[in-house]
Amino acid sequence: MSNTDSVPNAAPPEGRPADKAPARSFLNQLELDLRLLGMVGAFIAVCVVFNLLTDGRFLTPRNIFNLSIQTVSVAIMATGMVFIIVTRHIDLSVGALLATASAVMAMMQTRWLPDTLGLPLGHAALPWLAILAGLVTGAVIGAFQGWLVGYLTIPAFIVTLGGLLIWRNVGWYITSGQTIGPLDETFQAFGGINGTLGAQWSWIFGLVAAGIAVLALVSARRNKIGHGFPVKPVWAEAVVIGIIVAAILGFVAVLNAYEIPSRVLARDFAARGAEMPEGYSAAYGIPYSVLLLIAVAVVMTVIARKTRLGRYIFATGGNPDAAELSGINTRLLTVKVFSIMGILVAISAVVASARLTNHSNDIGTLDELRVIAAAVIGGTALSGGIGTIYGAILGALIMQSLQSGMAMVGVDAPLQNIVVGTVLVAAVLIDIIYRRRVGGK
Amino acid sequence: MTMTETAKADPRASGTVDPRASGAKPLVELKDIRIAFGGVQAVDGVSLDLYPGEVVGLLGHNGAGKSTLIKILSGAYKADSGEIRINGEKATINSPRDARRYNIETIYQTLALADNLDAASNLFLGREITTRAGFVDDARQEAETRKIMARLNPNFRKLSEPVSALSGGQRQSVAIARAVYFNARILIMDEPTAALGVHETAMVADLIKELKAQGLGIFLISHDTREMMDLCDRVSVMKNGQLVGTERVEDVTEDDILSMIIMGKNPKREPA
Repeated sequence: MSNTDSVPNAAPPEGRPADKAPARSFLNQLELDLRLLGMVGAFIAVCVVFNLLTDGRFLTPRNIFNLSIQTVSVAIMATGMVFIIVTRHIDLSVGALLATASAVMAMMQTRWLPDTLGLPLGHAALPWLAILAGLVTGAVIGAFQGWLVGYLTIPAFIVTLGGLLIWRNVGWYITSGQTIGPLDETFQAFGGINGTLGAQWSWIFGLVAAGIAVLALVSARRNKIGHGFPVKPVWAEAVVIGIIVAAILGFVAVLNAYEIPSRVLARDFAARGAEMPEGYSAAYGIPYSVLLLIAVAVVMTVIARKTRLGRYIFATGGNPDAAELSGINTRLLTVKVFSIMGILVAISAVVASARLTNHSNDIGTLDELRVIAAAVIGGTALSGGIGTIYGAILGALIMQSLQSGMAMVGVDAPLQNIVVGTVLVAAVLIDIIYRRRVGGK
Repeated sequence: MTMTETAKADPRASGTVDPRASGAKPLVELKDIRIAFGGVQAVDGVSLDLYPGEVVGLLGHNGAGKSTLIKILSGAYKADSGEIRINGEKATINSPRDARRYNIETIYQTLALADNLDAASNLFLGREITTRAGFVDDARQEAETRKIMARLNPNFRKLSEPVSALSGGQRQSVAIARAVYFNARILIMDEPTAALGVHETAMVADLIKELKAQGLGIFLISHDTREMMDLCDRVSVMKNGQLVGTERVEDVTEDDILSMIIMGKNPKREPA
């Protein structure tokens, strides 16, 4: 039942029946979501095992930094795939659409804008206009596919299977098959290593984020008390707050521990015509791309839980007829959901092409499978109506950890994919068993 | 209610109620409604009316067109031809949203609940209470749900669980609460007791009487002839998409109604 925890007020019902029982278990009192705990547990297990197998190389600040920037692109798209799958659709075109969006943005900043508007390469407006064009491309193509699905009632599987072939090659046409690069430097800052907050701002961000999390939890508690609903004991609330604050600040500390190599620093100083002081060091801190993912996660979670749009998405997934009879325009809703997916694909395209510093034809190949797998491992039910944003992000993180962990251990390439495929199927099986046992559907 | 009484006191009320004679204004008038699905005339020129404080029962075999007819009123289907009048004025109902605007609420046979959402989210589905910032106000929705449930079904406590975890009766309470909460004036109930136990059926019957006393007009669909005789003021029988007839319950016996359903005619009017 906690599988519906994306549904407001459906928060851990495991704790409810115990309300009357005199002895409540420790976990019940914390009112934590068991599914979330399971996924975090799986993630920690993956990390610990690979850390042992690699003699401690897996859990170094450097590798954690790399893991987080490798996860961003798929994770951003996975949050959108949650909405798609929750409304009982599927989107197989995300990888191909990413290529089209990336191609549009690359051409905008290197050819079209410089040629038509006469903006010189390196002009400050170039990356932003390019990104805007990419977002519009994603939104329009997404909306178009949503229209085909919602209004013309072509199954989403077919529409996006067609899209898988079409958009990859539209991207190919736009660029005449060439690799376009190098991309604008500001644009590249969204890729990861080329754009980070630095130690000081990372700490400030961490503290602000922790503060907001504490405030949100406290005000939610007050709100509950105000309406006369039961709340968990103060100590349990404190433990939850403690865990969250520790996790946020711990993540910042780890990223801040990854220092920029001194030769890179020396090069930067030299570029500015200055001498690097003796013993100078600086840390990368939080990459902008990770900030982007956090922003996307927050916005998507708010949409899912707190807006009518989100409520209608979940209602439609749970019972399309009921949604329709309740006056919800489910056709338009389909267009909106696919359009949101398109925008998120475009955001991912920024991150992915910026990370590579160029656009190539094969960018995003097989991403559709990674994205769907991340959403499904994260607990999104293909039967619709059930799924969470944080689950999808965790799913993406688990997949990426497995993949890069195996690469570090030196597992053969074919074996890597065999393992990932097995994990996907096993994760769904565990999910089905779990749901049956807690009495959900 | 006074209007029903006026109708009953009508000296000419030998058989059918003549709405025009009573002087009261009908809440709903369906005139010559027709709809076809791929060549099959599902509803074929049916005219019905409903007065405030009145329960009109719709009877007929499966496939007689009852559900289709009321789905036209509730906005799920659009009639091919015919006219709907609400309070004497012509109404255009193209979607469930339009129907809600005319204070028409429907409780469907299939309950029309989203199983994965909790009771409050279902109750307010499509009409969420929002905060000033435009976000759904879950706390208030839950508080309101608690209030209305205390009235309808005091045993209802599973407010924050998905409705898939509820029993048939509890689910029905949610569906009914949804209709009642938004001050329906016209209530359509499609087999509201089909999935319920004895006790819960009695509860729904009491509720229908209470709503009727409040002046709502209710269309009730059921296969249970006895229940219909008990709850309804008038019954309309349909067969093969056509209206066989509308009778006041005190003028007919259960057998009369059964023969209307089965043979498509009223033995009292058309002796064999």
